[in-house]
Amino acid sequence: MNILTLWFHKLGSPPTFYRIAGWLMPWCYGLALVTGVAGLYGGLVQAPADYQQGDAYRIIFIHVPSAWMGLFGYFFMAANAFVALVWRIKLSEVLAMASAPAGASFTFITLVTGSLWGKPMWGTWWTWDARLTSELVLLFLYLGVIGLYHAIEDRRQAARAAGFLALVGVVNVPIVHFSVNWWNTLHQGSTVRLFGPSSIVPSMLWPLLLMAIATHLWFFGTVLARTRTGLLEVDGGKDWVRRIVLADDAGPSAPAASERSHV
Amino acid sequence: MHASPDHERPPLLEARGLAFARNDEPVFGPLDFALHAGEVVLIEGDNGSGKTTLLRVLSGLLAPGEGEIRLQGEPLTLAAIAPQVALLSHANGLKPELTTLENLRFAAGLNGVRPGISPPTALAGVGLSGYEDVPTRRLSAGQKKRVALARVLLAPVALWLLDEPYANLDLDGINLVNRLLENHANRGGAALITSHGAYAYTSGRPRSIPLNPNAVLGGNSSSDASEPAASKSISAGAAPTSQQERVR
Amino acid sequence: MTAASTWSACAALVRRDLILVWRRRGDALNPVLFALMVIALFPLALGPEPEVLRRIAAGVVFVALLIAGLLALDTLFRSDYEDGSLEQLVLSPHPLSLLLACKIGVHWLTTALPLIIVAPLLGELLHLPAEVRWVLVGALLLATPLLSLIGAVCVALTVGMHRSGMLLALLVLPLYVPILIFGAGACNAAALALPHAAPLLWLAAALVVALVVAPLACAAALRISLS
Repeated sequence: MNILTLWFHKLGSPPTFYRIAGWLMPWCYGLALVTGVAGLYGGLVQAPADYQQGDAYRIIFIHVPSAWMGLFGYFFMAANAFVALVWRIKLSEVLAMASAPAGASFTFITLVTGSLWGKPMWGTWWTWDARLTSELVLLFLYLGVIGLYHAIEDRRQAARAAGFLALVGVVNVPIVHFSVNWWNTLHQGSTVRLFGPSSIVPSMLWPLLLMAIATHLWFFGTVLARTRTGLLEVDGGKDWVRRIVLADDAGPSAPAASERSHV
Repeated sequence: MHASPDHERPPLLEARGLAFARNDEPVFGPLDFALHAGEVVLIEGDNGSGKTTLLRVLSGLLAPGEGEIRLQGEPLTLAAIAPQVALLSHANGLKPELTTLENLRFAAGLNGVRPGISPPTALAGVGLSGYEDVPTRRLSAGQKKRVALARVLLAPVALWLLDEPYANLDLDGINLVNRLLENHANRGGAALITSHGAYAYTSGRPRSIPLNPNAVLGGNSSSDASEPAASKSISAGAAPTSQQERVR
Repeated sequence: MTAASTWSACAALVRRDLILVWRRRGDALNPVLFALMVIALFPLALGPEPEVLRRIAAGVVFVALLIAGLLALDTLFRSDYEDGSLEQLVLSPHPLSLLLACKIGVHWLTTALPLIIVAPLLGELLHLPAEVRWVLVGALLLATPLLSLIGAVCVALTVGMHRSGMLLALLVLPLYVPILIFGAGACNAAALALPHAAPLLWLAAALVVALVVAPLACAAALRISLS
């Protein structure tokens, strides 16, 4: 077996992943906070006001990275679901299902911030703009996956079924995007071009990129945390879980106390 | 339990270290057994001991949790076993709106038929001649079971997996099942049947596999077997049922 | 041993499903009645002005038929699952996807086709412009098989559940969005005397892909939910 496959195989084993994820998780959260604060400072304080939209445009520093993460989360979930279904890897099942709520939350944030942005810009909380509509359908796709996952009792079967739905959905995402764009040109509504051909100034760009990094890190932090709990749940009867629980019960002064998760 | 050495050919169905767990609660196993052509093996166990699950795993509908199953020496897949197996499960697989004969004709169209038998003769073979045009919903539970048995009888397969074939049947029906099993074994077929022990395959006591926990493999208590889930160990199956008898 | 050919197995399955629909023919009209009632609700809610109704007619008919089809989807595998026939199909020596394609075909024939036949009538109730009528029928002919095929995959995923109706809608409707957009969009374009061939061609292309892929996906989904 070559070294890469061996390494992959080892990482795929739940106890190893649990340990590595426990080590990575605080770093993800910590760096996410640092970059997030820096990005928000750059976006909300340093960047100049937009000549057209004034200060209202500043919501893009939340809205746009969230929108990216909503889409990224769906593809991340589908990729894991694919691995889980083809190679029957337990870890990937758990990872896929752990990323669903995280991605759905980002999609939800996108919709809420988009709606908040719409009020001063378009004078209405909601408009059937192509991007918002695609985003809404994306949220529905997420909710379907989460709903199916929670409707099936057997955890592994639930993960496989919901993962399969995620794969069907991922085929649908570009089609939805395409069809909604077509639909929007047919019903020429009051669409405001938000990012025209005009290029974005660097003082707006770097906070945006920092925020993108922050949201990625936060996403992975959450996914790792959820995966750890998920692994404890699926492997509930295994020895390694029992050892962790026993070590946890031994007292809060145990060295593992800092990376505890509630079982 | 090991396959007796006098068989040259690989067994029709063989399980090694077969175990199944649902939500990490062990359902049965680890289990080792071999089923050869001409054998009828009884799977004995209490309610909830995993008999039905075992049959679903063996039929390829469920993936085994641990261990392996070999079909004529090859690893079992659904595609490999489907043309060779007939499964009788709790749900009979009959359409209540169709007549008995229509149900059997559909099964014949789907699976093919064993040479020398046809839907009407299969129906007669389970003692239901005269019921050809009766909608299946009008039949009693025992009669439905007989129609389902006729479906199994009709299929051109060597391996029968029968889940509780005796349930709902009268004494006459129990004898019928035994006769069908004996004929099937005599023509080189094999069958695995489950029963919670109330009825028995009388003509020539078959080899049986006890499914109750702790009664499976005497000394081998793996780490999994010592779990709290073993609380259902009434170990009624600890009786000396595992003698290696061949059905003749 | 006489193994059945795949062709005769499919024929037996189609025959059986058609007989079953015939034996329960009282239920067969339910989707049509449902769609009719939904259509009747709109003038009651929006007022009877023909110009209002004319504008929304194609979209409303499309949505009504889509929901009627969604409600009918539940029957696709339900009884087969409950009486164990589905397990027998999975254990048959033939490609499951092909057998499922036959089942989906019969289901479309018996639930969607009657809806398409009454669609011009439903359109008439809402004063659908005459030039849109045949575009609507054409769009439905392309869209409803797509709805059945995609819906079947989701039904296969929820087949083991007891109360799956609401969940099924939640899974299926987001996947139906593009079909609705193109189908109803073609009708709206026709109503505005705009070119409407493109969305119909998109639907046709999607149908061709779905005809090949959806039965395979449906079989895979079914194996997951039967395990």
